[in-house]
Amino acid sequence: MKYIDEFRDNALVRALSEAIRRKSKQNIRLMEVCGGHTMAIRKYGIQQLLPDTIELLSGPGCPVCVTDRTAIDRSISLAGLPEVIITTYGDLMRVPGTASSLDQEKASGADVRIVYSTLDALEIAKLNKQKKVVFLGIGFETTTPSSAVAILEAHRQKVSNFYLLSMHKLMPPAMAALIDQGVCINGYIGPGHVTAIAGADMYKTLVENYRISIVISGFEPVDLLQSIYMLVSMAEEQRFGTEIQYRRAVTKTGNIKANEMVDSVFEPADDSWRGLGMIPRSGLKIRNTYRQYDAALQFDIPVLPSYEPAGCMCGEVLRGMKKPAQCGLFGKVCTPVNPIGACMVSGEGACQAYYNYR
Amino acid sequence: MCLSIPAKILSVDGTTAKASVGGAVVNTSLHLVDDVKPGDYVLIHTGFALQKISEAEALETIRLIRELEAGT
Repeated sequence: MKYIDEFRDNALVRALSEAIRRKSKQNIRLMEVCGGHTMAIRKYGIQQLLPDTIELLSGPGCPVCVTDRTAIDRSISLAGLPEVIITTYGDLMRVPGTASSLDQEKASGADVRIVYSTLDALEIAKLNKQKKVVFLGIGFETTTPSSAVAILEAHRQKVSNFYLLSMHKLMPPAMAALIDQGVCINGYIGPGHVTAIAGADMYKTLVENYRISIVISGFEPVDLLQSIYMLVSMAEEQRFGTEIQYRRAVTKTGNIKANEMVDSVFEPADDSWRGLGMIPRSGLKIRNTYRQYDAALQFDIPVLPSYEPAGCMCGEVLRGMKKPAQCGLFGKVCTPVNPIGACMVSGEGACQAYYNYR
Repeated sequence: MCLSIPAKILSVDGTTAKASVGGAVVNTSLHLVDDVKPGDYVLIHTGFALQKISEAEALETIRLIRELEAGT
């Protein structure tokens, strides 16, 4: 497939691996903050292609994993309301809440439907006028524009029974919070598709405040190794800043049209992340103009106390403080078939990535 | 979740397009991108074209790595 095969080329992978070995002198730790990178690094055995001087860590790159339990529990509570149809990306179905999951609610009779696109959710609303259709808006900068389009389209087409529960999050505040919380890293393997939308300029403040290196990376093995080579070069030459490896999709300004749509519908708000806690202005809430579509305001969502499962180290794993295998539950009671924590549920959670590619 | 795949645009009809993902034909929304025409490659995420892929930049990336290889 074009734009995939050439970035899996064996000879290029070997050349990059050798170039990194020659270049790397000092010990460095690099963190990836995108679930797609977590999966690709494990799947292609990228760590095994690197010298001992380079340690790769997984960070909070999986939206399902970082969504805290209170938010999951609120989604599950909404599914229990008789007038509601829940529409969601498949990723959320099996994520355990405190007492149930969307999957379990569906099995018990709740109307929960997996959709491919937010516009499919809008179609469901148009076909079910007597019901209230809620889309569970989850994801980072990559995914938020699709939610914005759904609200703008609902408004344009005057669909009054469509709602969105915004759990959308912003990546740079979390990248800053990680460093504030004492995670020691030399650089970030920057999220490719988040930045394809938001633009590499969004890291300016982060880079200036923390004097850190970020290389925005693609998702194929050649992309990841080239990004690591660039980060090693920056460390050896004592440079910091933002560089783009994934140039075929990422620019400094990103997708301006998509960002304008997001800005017209959403505004930053404080938000709580699993493992990282409350981070100022790290979430997105629906602007007052579109309040009629905001499920958080339009429903009286019953909330029960939420708590994390005993022994689960998902929070520490998301901060890069623990490797999945250091959790006592990993691979014993917590497996992809019977997941205890969110990091094992999601196809791009660090625990599932480590489990599948042991 | 941010998974996006390269797809070749086959035809455009208003705000939707048919695109080929490794031979499979999928519908994709064009709400987020302008000036997309048949033959262009885009990244598709949750049914939306997110961004056009630049062929010139893709070739440049490969060229830079080959340069690195040649320099060994």
